[in-house]
Amino acid sequence: MPLISDIKAIIAGFGVTLHHMLRRPVTIQYPEEKRVPYPRFRARIVLTRDPDGGERCVACYLCSAACPVDCISMQAAERDDGRRYAAWFRINFSRCIFCGLCAEACPTLAIQMTPDYEICKRDIMDLVYEKEDLLIDGCGKDNSYNFYHHAGIGVTQPRGAGLEERLPVDVRSLLP
Amino acid sequence: MGIEILGLPMMYYIAMVAKVLVAFLFVLLTVAYATYAERKIIGHMQVRLGPMRTGWHGLLQPIADGLKLFFKEEIIPSQASTFAFLIAPVIALVPAFMTFAVIPFGGVIEVAGYKIPLQVASYIDVASGKVYDVNVGVLYILAMSSLGVYGIVLAGWASNSKYSLMGGLRASAQLISYELSAGLAIVSVFMLSQTLSLNEIVNQQSSFNGLGWYIFKQPLAAFLFFICSIAEINRTPFDLPEAETELVSGFCTEYSSMKYAMFFMAEYANMITVCALTTTLFLGGWNGPFATVFPLLGLVYFVAKVYFLIFFCMWIRATLPRYRYDQLMHLGWKVLLPISLVNIVVTGIIGYFIK
Repeated sequence: MPLISDIKAIIAGFGVTLHHMLRRPVTIQYPEEKRVPYPRFRARIVLTRDPDGGERCVACYLCSAACPVDCISMQAAERDDGRRYAAWFRINFSRCIFCGLCAEACPTLAIQMTPDYEICKRDIMDLVYEKEDLLIDGCGKDNSYNFYHHAGIGVTQPRGAGLEERLPVDVRSLLP
Repeated sequence: MGIEILGLPMMYYIAMVAKVLVAFLFVLLTVAYATYAERKIIGHMQVRLGPMRTGWHGLLQPIADGLKLFFKEEIIPSQASTFAFLIAPVIALVPAFMTFAVIPFGGVIEVAGYKIPLQVASYIDVASGKVYDVNVGVLYILAMSSLGVYGIVLAGWASNSKYSLMGGLRASAQLISYELSAGLAIVSVFMLSQTLSLNEIVNQQSSFNGLGWYIFKQPLAAFLFFICSIAEINRTPFDLPEAETELVSGFCTEYSSMKYAMFFMAEYANMITVCALTTTLFLGGWNGPFATVFPLLGLVYFVAKVYFLIFFCMWIRATLPRYRYDQLMHLGWKVLLPISLVNIVVTGIIGYFIK
């Protein structure tokens, strides 16, 4: 009989609301009480340094090209020894959508996402971060990686002698 | 107290003023904090916190809301009928508060050797110790609650807006269809009590140490009356007159500032009145264990019962979705009305054979 099942359903509904009233609310009282984000949380972008203290960024423009909202801009420059660097580097956080594609595109692990989500300013122009604001002293997530030990300027070893580098394949051998 | 005015001792007038003030303040404060309680309870039922910022756990929220509404700009639409537009919130609010006059909220207490029955419109005959109150109390309440809907209809009509008009029309149609069943549910109580005086009805429920409530004798009538009353005061799931999803805000779409607050207060005051009336008619009023020995305990029982029913109203609001208009009419005319009629016939037959 539909009447009895309807009444049962209504009583069950009342049970659900009463049960939920006794549950712990999921609300977080924000300024007093803060959520602890996961380490891979995608928020404020930083530029990291390598373990020796040098800038990791080689101004390759890959992040800027990967950015779907075009919020990253820079000017590449070259040192006397041929090492590239960014003369200026700018991220407009009022445009940034925190997708993390720039961090994925970066070949030198220079640009990284941090869990610091509290980016809020009174003046919108303060959301434009220059290179000084973005550059941090540490290495970020991959703290032993140094791009120039693997490639680029300063690699003087013969083929196969670099870090984590295999010997060239002997094409005359039949063995794999 | 030797002075007498119109044949009644001075103490009678002092007690009367005190009772009016207490009842009025009780309703007013309950109205203010019912809004807070509603937001809090529904918040927790939706696993939220509700208001938390103003004061400790948001306790000052009703005061903040009141202040905000006081200082808001008063907007009267240029196409509106100004006089009716201004008078409508008053018509909605005043009967909501007036209904509380006949509801007994406690037994007879003694202050400075003078006996005071805790009911606003009542008088105790000192010689016989008998309490006289309005002998058509329930009819008075029904009349007042129907008067409140004039405010809503008038507001809908005077606003000169299609949403308001629809809200007002719905309110009147809803009131007519549900007041019938509510009245018939009360009739079955009268068949047991043989009186219309609310004080008498409460006294008759005092058997079994205060637990001889009419809800045990008339469970169906209590159920019908409560549902119909919720429909009458336009609360969810019967809040069609101010259905936000369809009618913006129904009859109070064009209202702002204090006039809007008055409609809000009327709605909550009506809810309190309906809960108090249900308590009086079906839950034994101020009756309860030892209430006759300690009269102030009766006051506590009464308030506790009313607050439980208010909580139940909020629980309903958090649980049930709004009815569609045709479902509302179907429920009122084809389900509740026949059930209440059958209930009267059955009560009559059983009453005839048992008495």
